[in-house]
Amino acid sequence: MLELNGVTAGYGAFTALWDVSLRVAAGEAVAVVGPNGAGKTTLLRVISGLIAPRGGRVTFEGTELGGRPAYDVVAHGIAHVPEGRRLFPLLTVAENLKMGAFLPSARAHFRESLERVYALFPVLAERQTQRAGSLSGGEQQMLAVGRALMSRPKLILLDEPSMGLAPVMVLRLFDLISRVREGGFTILIVEQNVRQVLKLVDRAYLLEVGRIKMEGRAAELAEQDFVRQAYVGL
Amino acid sequence: MLDPIFLLEAVVNGILLGGVLALLALGLNLIFGVIDIVWIAYVDLVALCMYAVYFLVTLYAWPLWLAGLVSIGMGALLGVLVHLLIITPILTSPPINQLLATGGLLFFVQSFATLLWSTDHRSVRVAMPTLEVGGIFISFTRLLAFALAILAMVALYLFLTRTYTGTAIRAVSQDREAIALMGARPQRLYLVTSAVGGAMAGVAGALLIIQYAVHPYFGSAFGPLTFMICVLGGLGNMVGAFFAAFIMAQIISVGGVIVSTEMGYVIAFVVFIVLMFVRPGGIFARRA
Repeated sequence: MLELNGVTAGYGAFTALWDVSLRVAAGEAVAVVGPNGAGKTTLLRVISGLIAPRGGRVTFEGTELGGRPAYDVVAHGIAHVPEGRRLFPLLTVAENLKMGAFLPSARAHFRESLERVYALFPVLAERQTQRAGSLSGGEQQMLAVGRALMSRPKLILLDEPSMGLAPVMVLRLFDLISRVREGGFTILIVEQNVRQVLKLVDRAYLLEVGRIKMEGRAAELAEQDFVRQAYVGL
Repeated sequence: MLDPIFLLEAVVNGILLGGVLALLALGLNLIFGVIDIVWIAYVDLVALCMYAVYFLVTLYAWPLWLAGLVSIGMGALLGVLVHLLIITPILTSPPINQLLATGGLLFFVQSFATLLWSTDHRSVRVAMPTLEVGGIFISFTRLLAFALAILAMVALYLFLTRTYTGTAIRAVSQDREAIALMGARPQRLYLVTSAVGGAMAGVAGALLIIQYAVHPYFGSAFGPLTFMICVLGGLGNMVGAFFAAFIMAQIISVGGVIVSTEMGYVIAFVVFIVLMFVRPGGIFARRA
């Protein structure tokens, strides 16, 4: 479904990704794990079109997307839940969800999508008329995921969804993400919370200083001594 | 001692003036709130629309309502042109350069108007009755302008809150990158904002020409007042600008009756300066 071949990207004189190749098949959940500053966020930003790659190819369902603007990429079916959630704080919960359905193709199914999101996150239905900025961290993350679902994407990119959340909330959130997955969405998730995320996904890539160091089935990766010591904390 | 009936009349006239001032302030504030650039020449665009209505009605004998519609379309077109030709190239420049560029437009429009149409004061005479309600006289022209201004503002409100594009216009000012992730093109939203702000200038132009005479420096007469109302309500704060317009209009109108018309403006500006010391973020700013 999604394929990256030899992608190099960065900001100004700084190169954050070197020759990165990865693949996500339809229906799969894939994680990219690695320490802070490994280039995980840059990777998602290249896929969603927020930055253009310097080299390599980004293909989605056979279409080359590398270098296309973000508003074009989302129309191809890739929704990005960015780092720090990036909600519209002064808009209400309902208005944020409406913005998620901005694409003409999504507008046509607005009611249906809204019901699905409210069924998945009932707390959002309760808080419909509240400003997004007034929600708790966990609720904001749910809204960010819900807003992404409103565009009816095929692939969802999640950037550090557990960031800034209390441990209890992290568990709940991962539970909710696995339910999103059961809803038939393909997921590419970037996380520092390695132990939790490896339980959620099928496969994982290990990214270090901008390069893919290792790739494997989540269960196998979790068993590797190196990964366990460095990230899982066992 | 002032007859209370005059005072009441001044209050009513203040409310009617407030409606038109609010319309002016909302158009300017919309553009500032979304694009983050103050169109210093905003009221000069209004003046151009006033000229358009004037010439269509007096020279070509068009009905007023039709000339008004042309004025709205022309305002929207001017808004688009200003955005594409002047704002887009300097979108990321320092604020002072942006201010100088739109200030340059102000001098251009004023000089251009002087060159083409001389410094004559031109007004559209409309034969409309004066209403008498309980001893106070209300100009039907002003009442009509007020009603249409309120209608235009309600339309703007509905556009910004009910439509996808309107909501996205509010969203782009909060997070430009995030709105692109939703599939909206920020540049296009800016263009729509400029067109809508321009259309509001067109509405204001049509409503002002039936009450005031237009001349090349009309923008300098109403521009500072409009800008002051925006600052008083909090730059970019639409609700704040709406109420600030009515407060200023009341001061001008009532002050004008109690002292003199000129003093009404002086008092309004003094109140503005004092309030800026007390509440620098505008009277409706949330406390930090």
